[in-house]
Amino acid sequence: MSSNNTKPTLHPLGPDAIIVRFSLMPDPAANAAAQVFARLVEGANIAGVDEIVPSLASVLVRFDPVKTNRIEMTAALDDLLSARDTGWADLALPPPLRRWTIPAAFGDEFGPQMDEAAACVGLPSPKALTELTNARLRVLAIGFAPGQPYLGLLPDAWNIPRQSALTPQVPAGALVVAVRQVVLFANPSATGWRWVGQTAFRPFRPEQTDAFALRIGDEVQFEPVATSEFRAILASDNAGAHVGHCKVLT
Amino acid sequence: MNAHMNILGAGPAITVQDLGRPGHIATGLSRGGAADRLALFEAAALLGSTQVLAGLEMAGMGGKFSFSSPTRIALTGAPMQAQLDGSPLRWHASHWVQPGQVLSIASAQKGVYGYLTPAGGITTPKVLQSRATHLAVGLGDALTAGASLPVGLDPDPSAPASVLPVQDRFSGGVIRLIQGPQTDLFTPDTLAAFLGSSFIRSHIGNRQGIRLDHDGAPFGAEISGQASDLIMPGDIQMTGDGVPYILLCECQTTGGYPRIGTVIDADLAKAAQTPASAQVSFSLLTLNEADAATKPEAGLIQNLRKSVQPLVRQPHDISDLLAYQLISGVIAGDEE
Repeated sequence: MSSNNTKPTLHPLGPDAIIVRFSLMPDPAANAAAQVFARLVEGANIAGVDEIVPSLASVLVRFDPVKTNRIEMTAALDDLLSARDTGWADLALPPPLRRWTIPAAFGDEFGPQMDEAAACVGLPSPKALTELTNARLRVLAIGFAPGQPYLGLLPDAWNIPRQSALTPQVPAGALVVAVRQVVLFANPSATGWRWVGQTAFRPFRPEQTDAFALRIGDEVQFEPVATSEFRAILASDNAGAHVGHCKVLT
Repeated sequence: MNAHMNILGAGPAITVQDLGRPGHIATGLSRGGAADRLALFEAAALLGSTQVLAGLEMAGMGGKFSFSSPTRIALTGAPMQAQLDGSPLRWHASHWVQPGQVLSIASAQKGVYGYLTPAGGITTPKVLQSRATHLAVGLGDALTAGASLPVGLDPDPSAPASVLPVQDRFSGGVIRLIQGPQTDLFTPDTLAAFLGSSFIRSHIGNRQGIRLDHDGAPFGAEISGQASDLIMPGDIQMTGDGVPYILLCECQTTGGYPRIGTVIDADLAKAAQTPASAQVSFSLLTLNEADAATKPEAGLIQNLRKSVQPLVRQPHDISDLLAYQLISGVIAGDEE
């Protein structure tokens, strides 16, 4: 994992947005910087800001071009970046506010590429599974689809590349791995990541008042369930009771 | 009180659309809304509405429709063959429809997305402040025959039918772009080759994005393993094999593929409306040029309104001309 954490850079995106990039490559400090900087921008109440979005290693700031412009916005963001004397390369994630435990089945029909992923990591499958389920992952970003989390970072050995060819479709709730991260798919989707597991978790529940289950910074741990048991859970009328639970940390 | 619009027949991809759901990128929900936003602004201008109304977006093919109350409708976006009880209707225009009349809309003659907007708007319940169907995330579905949608009553049913001249944005052509956060991941030679290439809009495309084919070498970036980053409608993303896709309104919010640039807002409707097999090429603008070409959506209806003209029906468009009382009210000449 290259830690190319030099000075953050600003990039225009379309007519009404600026990307503040802390690193081009996945990097824990850059992710922390993105989360901290997003909160800093929020607190600064800059006139004309419409939307602030922290992502894996960058922050998007969308503005209203009627109320402000790219030059003013760039200057305001530059000021906030330079206000931090110690720079942006040394940050660690703040402690989580919530902890999720999500039951998941791994391997077999619920994760056909588990063995392949383990081989990429260089571990026997059972050992790789232990690493996956012992890991206390953090929601590093929400994106791609509604509520869909990028979870990480796994140990260094899990820095495995995306596949060159796409897997045509994994189901909603699928767990896929690449570049030290796990994605829990919100919808059926094609993916270049390796499919290792399956949950009954729904990150996006438009019928509920809190439509988006996970928040950036949440901690997530997967609780292994035997594939036979998971089959039974899915077949029961009570699958909804096995989606996972959330504990608020104080 | 609400009226209804009945869908008597439907093409494969008719959805309710408005301006979508801005402000939810942090939750992974892209804005969505009409693929050709300008078409909804044009509909509002034609109907004399001060606000954009929810209408039907018809991809490629229309359907058959009737209304429970008298209403004006606007037909905008990709021109489609339209008839009211068998009489042809002009596109880019508003018309009166009476209960019992059947509005038939056939395939697009140019472009992709046609819009049918009733003067009271479609009034289905809002989800996250919008009525827009977002197919990619499962918010709403394509409509099928037999469906009935609530619509608002026409606030001014006696207003004249009108027409709005529009520029052709339905046939591909030159699309303008600006550099984006990842343009520098491509070599200057690759960027130059991209700008010098002519593309064919592939048949692979939907509201998430459209694929562009060309005969030359693929456009690879000089990087791999980079962090996924935020993406926006208009971004031109290169897949793993270096094939460009223009991202549209239902694109994902993040992506790992490198992006060579961003289509300017003013040309996004043109990109979305480019039909399969049409030719597309790109021209690079500076940020200042792009900003000068960008008109804010606030005030857009009022500006369009200045170009709206009364619709004059041509005699050859009137199938039942002989039934009209063309001379009623004329004096006989021998009155006292």
